[in-house]
Amino acid sequence: METENIHLDHQVIFSIIEPASRVLDLGCGEGELLYPLVRDKHVRAQGIELDDKSIQECVKKGLSVFHDDIESGLREYPDNSFDYVILNQSMQQVKKVDGVIQESLRIGTKVIVGFPNFAYIKSRFSLFLHGKSPVTKSLPYLWYDTPNVRFLSITDFKTFCAEKKIRIVEAHYLGEKEVVRFLPNLFALNAIFVLTNKMMRQG
Amino acid sequence: MTKTKKEKNNSVGVVETKLFTFAGQLNLVSGEKLGPVTLAYETYGSLNKDKSNAILVLHALSGDAHAAGIYNGQTDTGWWEDLIGPGKAFDTNRYFMICSNVIGGCKGSTGPSSVNPAMGKPYALDFPFITVADMVEAQRHLIDHLGIEKLLCVAGGSMGGMQVLQWVASYPERVKSAIPIATTLKHSPQQIAFNEVIRQSIMADPAWREGNYYEYGQPEKGLSVARMIGHITFMSDQSMEEKFSRRLKSDHFSFGFDADFEVEGYLRYRGANFVKRFDANSYLYITKAIDYFDLSGGKLIPHGKTIDTRFLIISFKSDWLYPPHQSQDIVRALKRRHVDATYCELTTTYGHDAFLIEVEEQTTLIKHFLDKTFNGYLVTGHYGN
Repeated sequence: METENIHLDHQVIFSIIEPASRVLDLGCGEGELLYPLVRDKHVRAQGIELDDKSIQECVKKGLSVFHDDIESGLREYPDNSFDYVILNQSMQQVKKVDGVIQESLRIGTKVIVGFPNFAYIKSRFSLFLHGKSPVTKSLPYLWYDTPNVRFLSITDFKTFCAEKKIRIVEAHYLGEKEVVRFLPNLFALNAIFVLTNKMMRQG
Repeated sequence: MTKTKKEKNNSVGVVETKLFTFAGQLNLVSGEKLGPVTLAYETYGSLNKDKSNAILVLHALSGDAHAAGIYNGQTDTGWWEDLIGPGKAFDTNRYFMICSNVIGGCKGSTGPSSVNPAMGKPYALDFPFITVADMVEAQRHLIDHLGIEKLLCVAGGSMGGMQVLQWVASYPERVKSAIPIATTLKHSPQQIAFNEVIRQSIMADPAWREGNYYEYGQPEKGLSVARMIGHITFMSDQSMEEKFSRRLKSDHFSFGFDADFEVEGYLRYRGANFVKRFDANSYLYITKAIDYFDLSGGKLIPHGKTIDTRFLIISFKSDWLYPPHQSQDIVRALKRRHVDATYCELTTTYGHDAFLIEVEEQTTLIKHFLDKTFNGYLVTGHYGN
């Protein structure tokens, strides 16, 4: 895989996904993640995307996409339709997060969730010292034009999974250019979790 | 949208309509038989050695086999001229395009205005009732005749889109990809209602003579009103505002029932033109055929069957005759069966007519979808751009 120009989160997700698997990417954008997966790992990919210009770009890349919103686009899929359902950088823009994650777990064996960490150290400084809503590399929007409707930390998400009895299979914490291992809820800009509610053999 | 000289340069040029008559009879869905059956068809581009580049385009209600190019000595271009030609969405440098007139039609294929061999005069209402499945069955004979085992793509808008869906339902193994545009899995009560008003306006004209008007001429008044109704449904509120607004044909009201407004003049012109080119009984039979159309409830893909046909589904936001939610029903049916598909709702103001027009986004989608289907690899050169 070419690594230049590829976001760290895409690299991590790319490495998680097994070759030739069935993948659904919710909020697939212009197919930046799906395209290398199809090209290099021969996955069977389907995207769902709301922006029609992005759909044009996906089709130019040879990808299959549905023009739909994430929240209503999953209902028709039978159980276990996919090996992976990806919700990367799109969950925080969804209103009914719980519903979308439960639906994703129903139609996918594993769900990959990637989101910006609101408890990142610079966000904390921004609020605590300056009294201002944080603007960071992973949360770059000003309060009045952000597409995000959910603001959560890594700890929040872990608590959510525990309460909903969703099993976290893998967790990856990302800084600007590298993986974060120490106090991720403080030092990670982004987090990527692999979830399941299926019983499966490991290894 | 501007028509430029450039467009003329990428036309398929002078074309001619061919006729294909097949022996035997078609067993129709109604239980009746029809035969012999003749299909009028045109082809553009050339069939490659392994016959893997054939695309069948399917026309809408009042369309015909003349999808692209011009006839010798004439200037009228085909109904999908904007999309078919060298370098266009359906690139005739790469693909072999086929278009045939539906049975029940009046542009060379067997229909109610054709001579009934048993009687030596036009069928009129002795013509059996046909369905979209019957239209496809007749096309299947043509595709066999052309020696094509598997079509690279079937594509069409409106009633053409219904035939696309029917092709997949009837012969999924013979269709590599499908492009249904501005269409539906089933005719809704609103669509049936419009068609019923259309039929009643034809049949209410005394000149219709219970369908036996061929010696006397068309039921012009009824048929032109029928077409006027159609044209209203093809446009959108916005496109009518843009095209006509409340502009008058002269500078004052007539205070009479002449056509004061440009929109009235337009509808009258369209209606009057239509009676010159389209058979009233064909309009009755074909509207009935699409009213009968219903592939909902799992009929699109037979139970237990998996299909490898790829889909590109396109709808238009301003289309209220075949609104986007009907295309989304097609998408839902495909999701349930894990069919590889792309769906896009395009933003135009043209209403239902949009599928006939060169909408840039539509062209891009079709071009790249076909590229991927034909070449079977990812379209390269985009990554990292």
